[in-house]
Amino acid sequence: MPRPIPVPDATSKPFWDACNEKRLIVQHCTYCDRKQFPPEPECRECGWHFHLSWLETSGRGTIVGYSVTYESRIQAWHPEQPFNNVIIALEEDPVINFHSNLPGVPVDEVPVGATVEVEFLEVTDGQLIPEWRVVS
Amino acid sequence: MAKETGWERNSDPLGIWEHRGKVAMVGRGHSTTDRRWDGESMDKTLGAYSLVAAQNAMEDAGISPDEVDGIISSAGGQANGQPLGEVWAPRPYFDPPYDSEDGLSHVTAEWLAKQLDLKNVTYMNSHGDTVWNLIGQAAQAIGDGRATVCLVTYPNGNMAGRYHQESSLEASGNAQWSSPWGWGLSGQGFTFDQYCRKYGSNHDRMAPFIVQEHKNGRLWPYSYYALHEPEPFTEEDYLNGRMIAKGLSIFDCDRPVQAAACYVVTTAERAKDMKQKPVYILDHTESAFRPRSLVQTLDDTEEWTDIQAKRAYAGSGLTPDDIDLFSPYDGFAVFTQYFLEAFEWRGVKRGDAHDFYAGDISLEGPNPLNAGGGNMGTGRMRTVFITDSMEQLQGRAGPRQVKGKAEIAVTIGVLPGNAGCLVFSSTPD
Repeated sequence: MPRPIPVPDATSKPFWDACNEKRLIVQHCTYCDRKQFPPEPECRECGWHFHLSWLETSGRGTIVGYSVTYESRIQAWHPEQPFNNVIIALEEDPVINFHSNLPGVPVDEVPVGATVEVEFLEVTDGQLIPEWRVVS
Repeated sequence: MAKETGWERNSDPLGIWEHRGKVAMVGRGHSTTDRRWDGESMDKTLGAYSLVAAQNAMEDAGISPDEVDGIISSAGGQANGQPLGEVWAPRPYFDPPYDSEDGLSHVTAEWLAKQLDLKNVTYMNSHGDTVWNLIGQAAQAIGDGRATVCLVTYPNGNMAGRYHQESSLEASGNAQWSSPWGWGLSGQGFTFDQYCRKYGSNHDRMAPFIVQEHKNGRLWPYSYYALHEPEPFTEEDYLNGRMIAKGLSIFDCDRPVQAAACYVVTTAERAKDMKQKPVYILDHTESAFRPRSLVQTLDDTEEWTDIQAKRAYAGSGLTPDDIDLFSPYDGFAVFTQYFLEAFEWRGVKRGDAHDFYAGDISLEGPNPLNAGGGNMGTGRMRTVFITDSMEQLQGRAGPRQVKGKAEIAVTIGVLPGNAGCLVFSSTPD
């Protein structure tokens, strides 16, 4: 299915480049000792940019809830309806969350609370995006 | 004095508003309500409807255009300037005053002042926010002495096509974090899913609230439904609603309409000479939040709405027991429960909203929630929250007039993450 492809910008390019190396990274402010995702030009807490670095994550998380999309605003997704929209909380910082469609899991049978691991899905030549699979 | 920007009351801790009870709302005016503009009828444009609303508001207040020295309008009611319906421009325009977007897809204060021939306006602002914020802005401007008689117009339009449809395969900007996974209205479904898991509820338990809103809305003359679909809306209708996302059916989403409203806001002193009983503004507060990460969670939602309630009570000096009429926004029906529980109106605590809906929330009973019918009962013009609060306190809500006391009304909208809250009173103290 052709789906919308992320267009990296100056702030997000390191994240998408890391995905292409099958690494899941988030920003880290060394001054605030705070993780940040999605990436931003500055730390939302202290407002400085020069304490921001990138941190590789465990790639593990927990399903904290979901919905099922029956009518999407995004036309490319219409052929896939209905589909799962799942939210993952990162293991080392549950405030940080990610999207997933949980490939292979039947619609509306999402195991909330289950542990998941990141995997990477090629959405176009040369671009991977994070996806997640249930491990327990 | 409020600055040109930064007029919002959003810095904690808030004290009692310095102009509490010194600003009043007097007149209100509405256009009729259509489903969409047909693209041809120049007497049914958003601009034309805004002019009708303004003229009706001035007539209602018993003032002439020459008495108006302030005017505030929204650019069109859609967040972030998003298009109404399909993206239409570039397009062939019409004869003046419809020779640009202004008057068609949005209506600025400047356009209105020119068409209304308001000769004495010294304060003009096209802030572009929602009606709660516009009233708050007017209240602050009046209190600060920037204007004495201010028109606040709120156009909310709908053109051909569907809202916010995305056809691009390039996900740039914020969309890069959501569109590759098809995320959209599922956001409301996700938060609702978290709510139901935390408190043990389900979507069907929203039914009594939505049915009551439709019932109330049928009694408001400008409601889309009162005008065009007056047949009753039943619980069976609700439960059979087509799902948009899990936890969100078509009947939990407000229906876009083409309409405009206008209000006359003035000083409490000046209001005494006008035609209608003044509705005093005891407080306005504003708030804007961002999710801590990618999506708005239930934790975010509860934290934000708690802050909004705290600000409103601190700013007005009131407690939940003082509120006779509570009208929290319902553009997505799930919003209402978050506001209701945060404000603890009628003692409703976190997780209690659906039990509350199952009780008596009728106009005749002790808990007339959204007495005007909200957006679900009237369409997405958002102005019923203001108009109904005014009319209830003025004692002229007609068949919607609540049986209980109607002295203090509170309304908040639009989003749990971005809202204005207004506290109205039938007396200035």
